[in-house]
Amino acid sequence: MMEPVLTLNTITKTFRDSEQNCPALAGVSIDAYPREILCIMGPSGCGKSTLLRIIDGLEQADAGTIHIAPGTMAGSLSVAMVFQDPALFPWLSIYENIVYGLRLAAQKVPEDEVNERATALLALTHLDSFAHSYPHQLSGGMQQRVAVARALAVTPQVLLMDEPFSALDTFTRRELEDEVIRIRDGMKTTIIMVTHNPEEAVYIADRIIIFSERPAVVSEVLPVDLPHPRDPAGPEFIRIRELVTRRVLGKPDP
Amino acid sequence: MVLISKQDILNYSKGLAVILLILVIWEVAALVIQNNYILPTLGAIFAVLLHPFAPVLGGESLIDNMLVSLKEVLLGFFCAAAFAIPIGLLVGWSTEARAYFNPVIQILRPVPPIAWMPFAIAWFGIGIHSVVFIIIMGAFFPILINTVDGVQGVRRRWTEVAMMLHATQFEQVRTVVVPGALPVIWTGLRVSFGVAWMCVVAAEMLPGTSAGLGFLIMYAYNLGQLQVIGAGMIIIGLIGLCADTIFRAGRSRFFSWQGRE
Repeated sequence: MMEPVLTLNTITKTFRDSEQNCPALAGVSIDAYPREILCIMGPSGCGKSTLLRIIDGLEQADAGTIHIAPGTMAGSLSVAMVFQDPALFPWLSIYENIVYGLRLAAQKVPEDEVNERATALLALTHLDSFAHSYPHQLSGGMQQRVAVARALAVTPQVLLMDEPFSALDTFTRRELEDEVIRIRDGMKTTIIMVTHNPEEAVYIADRIIIFSERPAVVSEVLPVDLPHPRDPAGPEFIRIRELVTRRVLGKPDP
Repeated sequence: MVLISKQDILNYSKGLAVILLILVIWEVAALVIQNNYILPTLGAIFAVLLHPFAPVLGGESLIDNMLVSLKEVLLGFFCAAAFAIPIGLLVGWSTEARAYFNPVIQILRPVPPIAWMPFAIAWFGIGIHSVVFIIIMGAFFPILINTVDGVQGVRRRWTEVAMMLHATQFEQVRTVVVPGALPVIWTGLRVSFGVAWMCVVAAEMLPGTSAGLGFLIMYAYNLGQLQVIGAGMIIIGLIGLCADTIFRAGRSRFFSWQGRE
């Protein structure tokens, strides 16, 4: 049995303000294995994004433990995140955006390696000819590609993606979903993606994790044992997609 | 390479038309009134403007007076920026610093700069130091307020990206907060340069000064030479226009991303 690259053990989180307590996560436990693509789905506002923010350290859990395999090489982080909006730095060129993390003191990557990694990522994300463009000159889909490249630059063990393609049109979305699979195959990264789209989840995921209503617990884990590239019109694909949809909505099987 | 479009030329000529109209009305009124103590003719004003290096009213030339004012403005402006930007970054970034500094900022901000004149003279004596002090007091707050606003307006998500990539607090300020706030800080600099010009002229008009455009205007008023006042005002306006053009060019050169992110 392979060692998990990420182990979440009964993660609990309640948002507190002076008015009320708002429980978000009520003991979430997940293992993620190397090179796995996990999709997290669940009702709106059930705490999926909160979980990603906790894994990344942007929020603190109230209880529970997180164990992440450390970065394997110099200048690499255990986790990196792609947000719903690309959030590129508009004053930096595409190249500078991608290498942003590598030039921080935490990574201390020598400049020729910075260049090497950037060139590889620009090729991987088909952005070669846009290295010296600025974010506002790129379409939404291309901006999100840059955000993915920026997160991958720090060679994370686990790439977290919080509804990364929800603002994109269907065609751009499909292209980027294919790209996620290519990245997993090429960079051997574990990917955990929150999505609201059952088709997207079945298209890319190895396992789909379904969260309950808030406060969230893992209500079901559905493996997707279909070979890539998957055909969204295939009967098995459609069956799993419908199953996922029913589970998220909490409807009984027919 | 920026080419001037037909639309630009049309817009410029619209602006020019209004200026010409005002000049014509002025000239007609001056010819009707026939009194240089009320309204000098354009001819008299331009006679002063066309000899900028000639001594005016037995004193320094127009250019010399302008240079004195310009020097005071630049000195005060850069001093104000040197204080206001770091304080603004601190107050905008840290809630703790805001708790300490915000009340004193809000109390001092509405005080008209010229009200500091008696203190300025008491502390620095009559002369350039007092004038520069008044300019600093005037230029400081627009830069400070805009820096604070700029820092607070930096998108939360940008800082989260930096935190996600393990940027230190200092790196977050240096690589995200400062560049993200810079367009708004720039607006503050632009506004405060205008305020600095108002302050220099007002400060130079006070008794005890002996050079500068404000002094020249007041001196000309005492001698009833209104055409010199008109010339001085046109020079002030032109310098303001030049400064604003530079600031606007800087904005479109460096912050073209603003509003398109």
